[in-house]
Amino acid sequence: MTTPDSAPLSAPLSGRGGRPRRRGVGGWADPRGRHLGGLAFMLNRLSGLGVLVYLYLHLVILWQLARGPEAWDGFVALASSPVVLVFDVVLLAGLLLHGLNGVRIGLVGLGLVEHRQKALFVALALGAILVAGIAALRIFEVA
Amino acid sequence: MTTVHGGVLDRPDVAGAPHGERTIRVARTGRVAPADGDGTATTPAPGTHWDRFTVPVTSARMTVLDALMHIRARLDPTLDVRHSCFHASCGTCGMHVDGRDVLGCVTRLADLPDGEVDVEPLRNQAVVSDLVVDLEALYEGFDAIGMPLVRTSELVPASRPADGVPFLGRFEDCIECGLCVSACPVECTDGVYAGPAVLGAAWRVIEEPRDADPDAAFAFVDGDQGAWRCHLAFECSEACPSDALPAEHIMHLRRGLLRHRLAALFGHRGGASEGSA
Repeated sequence: MTTPDSAPLSAPLSGRGGRPRRRGVGGWADPRGRHLGGLAFMLNRLSGLGVLVYLYLHLVILWQLARGPEAWDGFVALASSPVVLVFDVVLLAGLLLHGLNGVRIGLVGLGLVEHRQKALFVALALGAILVAGIAALRIFEVA
Repeated sequence: MTTVHGGVLDRPDVAGAPHGERTIRVARTGRVAPADGDGTATTPAPGTHWDRFTVPVTSARMTVLDALMHIRARLDPTLDVRHSCFHASCGTCGMHVDGRDVLGCVTRLADLPDGEVDVEPLRNQAVVSDLVVDLEALYEGFDAIGMPLVRTSELVPASRPADGVPFLGRFEDCIECGLCVSACPVECTDGVYAGPAVLGAAWRVIEEPRDADPDAAFAFVDGDQGAWRCHLAFECSEACPSDALPAEHIMHLRRGLLRHRLAALFGHRGGASEGSA
Protein backbone atom coordinates (compact mmCIF):
# COMPACT_ATOMS: atom_id res chain seq x y z
CA MET A 1 0.00 0.00 0.00
CA THR A 2 1.28 3.43 -0.85
CA THR A 3 2.06 5.73 2.01
CA PRO A 4 0.37 9.13 1.71
CA ASP A 5 2.55 12.18 1.45
CA SER A 6 1.72 14.27 4.50
CA ALA A 7 2.94 17.51 2.96
CA PRO A 8 0.19 19.92 1.85
CA LEU A 9 -0.15 20.40 -1.86
CA SER A 10 2.02 23.37 -2.83
CA ALA A 11 3.14 22.66 -6.36
CA PRO A 12 1.38 21.48 -9.49
CA LEU A 13 1.23 17.78 -10.00
CA SER A 14 3.47 17.30 -12.96
CA GLY A 15 2.93 15.35 -16.12
CA ARG A 16 5.03 14.50 -19.10
CA GLY A 17 2.99 16.04 -21.85
CA GLY A 18 4.09 19.62 -21.35
CA ARG A 19 1.89 22.54 -20.45
CA PRO A 20 -1.72 21.67 -19.59
CA ARG A 21 -4.31 23.02 -21.96
CA ARG A 22 -6.16 25.46 -19.69
CA ARG A 23 -8.78 27.83 -21.04
CA GLY A 24 -8.30 30.59 -18.50
CA VAL A 25 -11.16 32.96 -17.70
CA GLY A 26 -12.84 31.94 -20.95
CA GLY A 27 -13.19 28.47 -19.47
CA TRP A 28 -15.23 29.25 -16.39
CA ALA A 29 -17.12 32.17 -17.97
CA ASP A 30 -18.33 30.11 -20.92
CA PRO A 31 -21.88 28.84 -20.26
CA ARG A 32 -21.82 26.34 -23.13
CA GLY A 33 -22.00 22.76 -21.98
CA ARG A 34 -22.42 23.74 -18.33
CA HIS A 35 -24.94 22.12 -16.01
CA LEU A 36 -26.94 23.84 -13.29
CA GLY A 37 -24.16 23.77 -10.69
CA GLY A 38 -21.68 25.15 -13.21
CA LEU A 39 -24.07 27.91 -14.21
CA ALA A 40 -24.61 28.76 -10.53
CA PHE A 41 -20.85 29.00 -10.07
CA MET A 42 -20.54 31.23 -13.15
CA LEU A 43 -23.44 33.49 -12.12
CA ASN A 44 -22.00 33.81 -8.63
CA ARG A 45 -18.65 34.98 -9.96
CA LEU A 46 -20.16 37.37 -12.49
CA SER A 47 -22.61 38.83 -9.97
CA GLY A 48 -19.74 39.18 -7.50
CA LEU A 49 -17.73 41.14 -10.05
CA GLY A 50 -20.81 43.26 -10.81
CA VAL A 51 -21.29 44.06 -7.13
CA LEU A 52 -17.60 44.95 -6.88
CA VAL A 53 -17.93 47.39 -9.79
CA TYR A 54 -21.04 48.87 -8.15
CA LEU A 55 -19.12 49.42 -4.92
CA TYR A 56 -16.74 51.78 -6.72
CA LEU A 57 -19.64 53.39 -8.57
CA HIS A 58 -21.33 53.97 -5.24
CA LEU A 59 -18.24 55.76 -3.93
CA VAL A 60 -18.27 58.00 -7.02
CA ILE A 61 -21.94 58.79 -6.35
CA LEU A 62 -21.22 59.72 -2.76
CA TRP A 63 -18.41 61.93 -3.97
CA GLN A 64 -21.10 64.08 -5.67
CA LEU A 65 -22.13 65.26 -2.19
CA ALA A 66 -18.81 66.99 -1.83
CA ARG A 67 -19.39 68.93 -5.03
CA GLY A 68 -22.36 70.87 -3.66
CA PRO A 69 -26.19 70.81 -3.82
CA GLU A 70 -26.42 71.40 -7.57
CA ALA A 71 -24.24 68.43 -8.40
CA TRP A 72 -26.28 66.27 -6.02
CA ASP A 73 -29.60 67.44 -7.48
CA GLY A 74 -28.28 66.64 -10.94
CA PHE A 75 -27.41 63.14 -9.83
CA VAL A 76 -30.84 62.62 -8.25
CA ALA A 77 -32.45 63.62 -11.54
CA LEU A 78 -30.24 61.13 -13.38
CA ALA A 79 -31.03 58.42 -10.83
CA SER A 80 -34.75 58.80 -11.55
CA SER A 81 -34.36 58.08 -15.25
CA PRO A 82 -35.82 54.76 -16.50
CA VAL A 83 -32.42 53.45 -17.60
CA VAL A 84 -30.94 53.90 -14.13
CA LEU A 85 -34.06 52.39 -12.54
CA VAL A 86 -33.64 49.29 -14.70
CA PHE A 87 -30.00 49.22 -13.62
CA ASP A 88 -31.19 49.36 -9.99
CA VAL A 89 -33.41 46.32 -10.53
CA VAL A 90 -30.56 44.39 -12.18
CA LEU A 91 -28.28 45.38 -9.31
CA LEU A 92 -30.80 44.21 -6.73
CA ALA A 93 -31.29 40.91 -8.58
CA GLY A 94 -27.51 40.42 -8.67
CA LEU A 95 -27.17 41.18 -4.98
CA LEU A 96 -29.97 38.79 -4.08
CA LEU A 97 -28.61 36.03 -6.30
CA HIS A 98 -25.09 36.44 -4.95
CA GLY A 99 -26.18 36.61 -1.34
CA LEU A 100 -28.66 33.75 -1.44
CA ASN A 101 -26.27 31.57 -3.44
CA GLY A 102 -23.73 32.32 -0.73
CA VAL A 103 -26.07 30.65 1.74
CA ARG A 104 -26.27 27.64 -0.59
CA ILE A 105 -22.49 27.52 -0.91
CA GLY A 106 -22.15 27.62 2.85
CA LEU A 107 -24.57 24.77 3.39
CA VAL A 108 -23.41 22.59 0.51
CA GLY A 109 -19.73 23.44 0.96
CA LEU A 110 -19.70 22.08 4.47
CA GLY A 111 -21.16 18.81 3.30
CA LEU A 112 -24.59 19.35 4.83
CA VAL A 113 -26.90 19.16 1.81
CA GLU A 114 -24.60 18.29 -1.08
CA HIS A 115 -27.16 15.97 -2.68
CA ARG A 116 -29.71 18.80 -2.78
CA GLN A 117 -27.49 21.48 -4.30
CA LYS A 118 -29.50 21.78 -7.53
CA ALA A 119 -32.89 22.02 -5.83
CA LEU A 120 -31.47 24.53 -3.38
CA PHE A 121 -30.16 26.72 -6.19
CA VAL A 122 -33.46 26.60 -8.06
CA ALA A 123 -35.39 27.54 -4.92
CA LEU A 124 -33.06 30.40 -4.00
CA ALA A 125 -32.88 31.69 -7.58
CA LEU A 126 -36.67 31.71 -7.79
CA GLY A 127 -36.75 33.59 -4.48
CA ALA A 128 -34.28 36.14 -5.84
CA ILE A 129 -36.34 36.60 -9.01
CA LEU A 130 -39.55 36.96 -7.01
CA VAL A 131 -38.12 39.58 -4.65
CA ALA A 132 -36.43 41.45 -7.52
CA GLY A 133 -39.73 41.40 -9.43
CA ILE A 134 -41.69 42.82 -6.50
CA ALA A 135 -38.95 45.42 -5.99
CA ALA A 136 -39.10 46.36 -9.67
CA LEU A 137 -42.85 46.98 -9.43
CA ARG A 138 -42.37 49.15 -6.34
CA ILE A 139 -39.44 51.06 -7.86
CA PHE A 140 -41.34 51.97 -11.04
CA GLU A 141 -44.52 52.62 -9.05
CA VAL A 142 -42.75 55.18 -6.87
CA ALA A 143 -40.89 56.70 -9.82
CA MET B 1 -0.80 5.42 -28.14
CA THR B 2 -3.34 3.38 -29.98
CA THR B 3 -2.83 1.02 -32.82
CA VAL B 4 -5.21 0.94 -35.76
CA HIS B 5 -8.20 -1.05 -34.60
CA GLY B 6 -9.36 -2.35 -37.93
CA GLY B 7 -11.63 -4.90 -36.28
CA VAL B 8 -14.12 -2.33 -35.09
CA LEU B 9 -15.12 -1.58 -38.65
CA ASP B 10 -16.23 -5.17 -39.06
CA ARG B 11 -18.37 -5.29 -35.94
CA PRO B 12 -21.95 -6.27 -36.80
CA ASP B 13 -23.38 -3.18 -35.12
CA VAL B 14 -21.01 -0.87 -36.95
CA ALA B 15 -20.83 -2.46 -40.38
CA GLY B 16 -23.87 -2.47 -42.61
CA ALA B 17 -25.95 -0.12 -44.69
CA PRO B 18 -24.88 3.53 -44.38
CA HIS B 19 -27.07 5.87 -42.34
CA GLY B 20 -25.64 8.89 -44.09
CA GLU B 21 -22.43 10.74 -43.38
CA ARG B 22 -21.11 12.92 -40.57
CA THR B 23 -18.33 15.44 -40.69
CA ILE B 24 -15.95 15.03 -37.80
CA ARG B 25 -13.82 18.07 -37.00
CA VAL B 26 -10.79 16.99 -35.01
CA ALA B 27 -8.44 19.29 -33.10
CA ARG B 28 -4.90 18.30 -33.99
CA THR B 29 -2.42 19.39 -31.36
CA GLY B 30 1.29 18.79 -31.32
CA ARG B 31 0.80 15.95 -33.70
CA VAL B 32 3.51 13.35 -33.97
CA ALA B 33 4.64 13.06 -37.58
CA PRO B 34 4.47 9.73 -39.39
CA ALA B 35 7.30 7.37 -38.57
CA ASP B 36 10.50 8.56 -40.08
CA GLY B 37 13.51 6.31 -40.58
CA ASP B 38 13.81 4.29 -37.40
CA GLY B 39 10.39 5.44 -36.30
CA THR B 40 11.63 7.59 -33.44
CA ALA B 41 11.65 10.98 -35.16
CA THR B 42 8.76 13.23 -34.16
CA THR B 43 7.83 16.65 -35.39
CA PRO B 44 5.38 18.56 -33.23
CA ALA B 45 2.93 20.65 -35.21
CA PRO B 46 3.36 24.41 -34.79
CA GLY B 47 0.00 24.72 -33.06
CA THR B 48 -3.51 23.44 -32.84
CA HIS B 49 -5.50 23.26 -36.02
CA TRP B 50 -8.70 21.58 -37.10
CA ASP B 51 -8.93 18.75 -39.60
CA ARG B 52 -12.26 17.79 -41.15
CA PHE B 53 -13.12 14.21 -42.05
CA THR B 54 -16.28 12.88 -43.65
CA VAL B 55 -17.19 9.55 -42.14
CA PRO B 56 -19.93 7.14 -43.27
CA VAL B 57 -22.39 6.41 -40.49
CA THR B 58 -22.92 2.69 -40.74
CA SER B 59 -25.17 2.19 -37.75
CA ALA B 60 -27.46 4.14 -35.47
CA ARG B 61 -25.24 2.88 -32.66
CA MET B 62 -22.00 4.15 -34.22
CA THR B 63 -19.98 6.06 -31.64
CA VAL B 64 -17.51 8.93 -31.82
CA LEU B 65 -14.70 6.46 -31.15
CA ASP B 66 -15.94 4.27 -34.01
CA ALA B 67 -15.76 7.32 -36.28
CA LEU B 68 -12.25 8.12 -35.10
CA MET B 69 -11.21 4.52 -35.69
CA HIS B 70 -12.59 4.82 -39.22
CA ILE B 71 -10.51 7.95 -39.73
CA ARG B 72 -7.40 6.19 -38.48
CA ALA B 73 -8.02 3.08 -40.56
CA ARG B 74 -9.19 4.63 -43.80
CA LEU B 75 -8.44 8.36 -43.94
CA ASP B 76 -5.51 9.44 -41.79
CA PRO B 77 -3.43 6.89 -39.88
CA THR B 78 -1.51 9.68 -38.16
CA LEU B 79 -4.48 10.64 -35.99
CA ASP B 80 -3.61 9.78 -32.40
CA VAL B 81 -6.42 8.43 -30.26
CA ARG B 82 -6.11 6.39 -27.09
CA HIS B 83 -8.62 3.65 -26.38
CA SER B 84 -8.86 0.14 -25.09
CA CYS B 85 -12.11 -1.50 -24.00
CA PHE B 86 -14.84 0.16 -26.12
CA HIS B 87 -17.36 -0.11 -23.26
CA ALA B 88 -16.64 2.68 -20.75
CA SER B 89 -14.60 0.48 -18.50
CA CYS B 90 -10.99 1.46 -19.08
CA GLY B 91 -11.40 5.26 -19.08
CA THR B 92 -8.79 5.84 -21.76
CA CYS B 93 -10.89 7.42 -24.53
CA GLY B 94 -11.95 10.59 -22.70
CA MET B 95 -12.38 13.52 -25.06
CA HIS B 96 -14.18 16.85 -25.41
CA VAL B 97 -16.99 16.36 -27.92
CA ASP B 98 -19.30 19.20 -28.92
CA GLY B 99 -18.57 21.07 -25.70
CA ARG B 100 -18.97 18.13 -23.33
CA ASP B 101 -16.41 15.88 -21.69
CA VAL B 102 -17.30 12.32 -22.60
CA LEU B 103 -15.97 8.86 -23.27
CA GLY B 104 -15.84 8.51 -27.05
CA CYS B 105 -16.68 4.81 -26.89
CA VAL B 106 -20.19 5.33 -25.47
CA THR B 107 -21.08 8.62 -27.15
CA ARG B 108 -23.27 7.87 -30.13
CA LEU B 109 -23.14 10.11 -33.17
CA ALA B 110 -26.92 9.89 -33.37
CA ASP B 111 -27.22 11.50 -29.94
CA LEU B 112 -25.17 14.54 -30.93
CA PRO B 113 -26.66 17.68 -32.52
CA ASP B 114 -26.85 17.76 -36.30
CA GLY B 115 -23.95 19.22 -38.20
CA GLU B 116 -20.25 18.88 -37.65
CA VAL B 117 -19.02 17.00 -34.62
CA ASP B 118 -16.16 18.82 -32.88
CA VAL B 119 -13.71 16.51 -31.16
CA GLU B 120 -10.97 17.95 -28.97
CA PRO B 121 -8.63 16.50 -26.36
CA LEU B 122 -9.64 16.79 -22.72
CA ARG B 123 -9.02 20.18 -21.21
CA ASN B 124 -6.84 21.25 -18.29
CA GLN B 125 -4.42 18.44 -19.02
CA ALA B 126 -1.27 18.39 -21.08
CA VAL B 127 -1.78 17.16 -24.62
CA VAL B 128 0.64 14.50 -25.70
CA SER B 129 -0.61 14.36 -29.25
CA ASP B 130 -3.93 15.06 -30.97
CA LEU B 131 -6.60 13.55 -28.69
CA VAL B 132 -4.19 11.94 -26.27
CA VAL B 133 -3.63 13.74 -22.97
CA ASP B 134 -1.10 13.04 -20.25
CA LEU B 135 -2.79 11.53 -17.20
CA GLU B 136 0.44 11.27 -15.23
CA ALA B 137 -0.53 14.14 -12.92
CA LEU B 138 -3.74 12.31 -12.05
CA TYR B 139 -1.86 9.14 -11.17
CA GLU B 140 0.66 11.12 -9.12
CA GLY B 141 -2.23 12.55 -7.13
CA PHE B 142 -3.67 9.11 -6.42
CA ASP B 143 -0.25 7.94 -5.27
CA ALA B 144 0.19 11.01 -3.09
CA ILE B 145 -2.98 10.42 -1.08
CA GLY B 146 -2.30 6.72 -0.70
CA MET B 147 -5.14 5.45 -2.84
CA PRO B 148 -4.60 1.80 -3.56
CA LEU B 149 -5.70 0.78 -7.02
CA VAL B 150 -7.63 -2.29 -5.89
CA ARG B 151 -9.28 -2.80 -2.54
CA THR B 152 -9.96 -6.20 -1.08
CA SER B 153 -13.68 -5.53 -0.82
CA GLU B 154 -13.92 -5.18 -4.57
CA LEU B 155 -12.97 -8.81 -4.94
CA VAL B 156 -15.77 -10.04 -2.67
CA PRO B 157 -19.22 -9.79 -4.27
CA ALA B 158 -21.03 -10.06 -0.93
CA SER B 159 -18.89 -7.42 0.77
CA ARG B 160 -20.63 -5.02 3.12
CA PRO B 161 -19.77 -1.42 3.93
CA ALA B 162 -17.27 -0.84 6.72
CA ASP B 163 -18.45 0.76 9.96
CA GLY B 164 -19.40 4.35 9.34
CA VAL B 165 -19.64 3.94 5.57
CA PRO B 166 -23.29 4.40 4.57
CA PHE B 167 -23.26 2.52 1.30
CA LEU B 168 -20.87 1.11 -1.27
CA GLY B 169 -21.10 4.04 -3.62
CA ARG B 170 -17.37 4.11 -3.46
CA PHE B 171 -14.69 6.02 -5.26
CA GLU B 172 -13.25 2.79 -6.55
CA ASP B 173 -15.90 3.29 -9.21
CA CYS B 174 -13.52 5.91 -10.60
CA ILE B 175 -12.07 4.72 -13.89
CA GLU B 176 -9.37 7.43 -13.87
CA CYS B 177 -10.45 8.90 -17.18
CA GLY B 178 -9.74 12.55 -16.37
CA LEU B 179 -13.16 13.81 -17.52
CA CYS B 180 -13.75 15.47 -14.15
CA VAL B 181 -10.50 17.41 -14.41
CA SER B 182 -11.48 18.59 -17.88
CA ALA B 183 -14.96 19.68 -16.75
CA CYS B 184 -13.85 21.51 -13.60
CA PRO B 185 -14.04 25.32 -14.04
CA VAL B 186 -11.48 25.91 -11.28
CA GLU B 187 -8.95 23.88 -13.26
CA CYS B 188 -9.35 26.37 -16.13
CA THR B 189 -7.25 28.92 -14.25
CA ASP B 190 -5.49 26.99 -11.51
CA GLY B 191 -2.62 24.65 -12.24
CA VAL B 192 -1.95 23.86 -8.59
CA TYR B 193 -5.40 22.70 -7.54
CA ALA B 194 -5.41 19.02 -6.60
CA GLY B 195 -8.53 18.45 -8.70
CA PRO B 196 -11.75 16.49 -8.23
CA ALA B 197 -10.44 12.99 -8.93
CA VAL B 198 -7.61 13.16 -6.42
CA LEU B 199 -9.73 14.88 -3.76
CA GLY B 200 -12.57 12.41 -4.20
CA ALA B 201 -10.12 9.56 -3.82
CA ALA B 202 -8.64 11.23 -0.73
CA TRP B 203 -12.04 11.12 0.91
CA ARG B 204 -12.21 7.40 0.32
CA VAL B 205 -8.88 6.93 2.07
CA ILE B 206 -10.19 8.95 5.03
CA GLU B 207 -13.60 7.32 5.03
CA GLU B 208 -12.22 3.81 4.92
CA PRO B 209 -8.50 4.03 5.67
CA ARG B 210 -7.69 0.36 6.11
CA ASP B 211 -3.91 0.43 6.43
CA ALA B 212 -3.50 4.01 5.19
CA ASP B 213 -3.04 6.99 7.52
CA PRO B 214 -6.09 9.28 7.31
CA ASP B 215 -4.22 12.07 9.12
CA ALA B 216 -1.70 12.20 6.31
CA ALA B 217 -4.50 12.36 3.74
CA PHE B 218 -6.17 15.14 5.75
CA ALA B 219 -2.90 17.08 5.82
CA PHE B 220 -2.49 16.68 2.08
CA VAL B 221 -5.91 18.05 1.14
CA ASP B 222 -6.34 20.67 3.89
CA GLY B 223 -5.13 23.77 2.11
CA ASP B 224 -5.93 26.50 -0.37
CA GLN B 225 -5.26 24.16 -3.27
CA GLY B 226 -6.95 21.19 -1.71
CA ALA B 227 -10.55 20.61 -0.69
CA TRP B 228 -11.20 24.29 0.07
CA ARG B 229 -10.33 25.36 -3.49
CA CYS B 230 -13.43 23.65 -4.92
CA HIS B 231 -16.09 26.21 -5.91
CA LEU B 232 -19.03 23.82 -5.95
CA ALA B 233 -19.76 23.84 -9.67
CA PHE B 234 -20.42 20.08 -9.50
CA GLU B 235 -19.41 19.79 -13.15
CA CYS B 236 -17.05 16.95 -12.21
CA SER B 237 -19.91 14.79 -10.97
CA GLU B 238 -21.96 15.66 -14.05
CA ALA B 239 -19.12 14.59 -16.34
CA CYS B 240 -18.20 11.43 -14.43
CA PRO B 241 -19.14 8.42 -16.60
CA SER B 242 -19.14 5.97 -13.69
CA ASP B 243 -21.07 7.92 -11.04
CA ALA B 244 -18.09 8.16 -8.71
CA LEU B 245 -19.49 11.55 -7.57
CA PRO B 246 -16.21 13.40 -6.95
CA ALA B 247 -17.93 16.69 -6.00
CA GLU B 248 -20.03 15.03 -3.32
CA HIS B 249 -16.90 13.33 -1.99
CA ILE B 250 -15.12 16.69 -1.80
CA MET B 251 -18.02 18.01 0.29
CA HIS B 252 -17.67 14.97 2.59
CA LEU B 253 -13.98 15.74 2.75
CA ARG B 254 -14.69 19.31 3.87
CA ARG B 255 -17.07 18.13 6.56
CA GLY B 256 -14.46 15.63 7.68
CA LEU B 257 -11.78 18.34 7.71
CA LEU B 258 -13.99 20.61 9.77
CA ARG B 259 -14.65 17.88 12.33
CA HIS B 260 -10.99 16.98 12.32
CA ARG B 261 -10.03 20.60 13.06
CA LEU B 262 -12.65 20.95 15.77
CA ALA B 263 -11.53 17.69 17.34
CA ALA B 264 -7.93 18.88 17.30
CA LEU B 265 -9.00 22.23 18.79
CA PHE B 266 -10.75 20.56 21.70
CA GLY B 267 -8.08 17.94 22.19
CA HIS B 268 -10.08 15.02 20.87
CA ARG B 269 -8.74 12.82 18.11
CA GLY B 270 -11.52 12.29 15.60
CA GLY B 271 -11.48 9.06 13.66
CA ALA B 272 -12.33 8.72 10.00
CA SER B 273 -15.70 7.22 10.79
CA GLU B 274 -16.71 10.41 12.55
CA GLY B 275 -16.26 12.30 9.32
CA SER B 276 -18.31 9.99 7.20
CA ALA B 277 -21.88 10.58 6.21
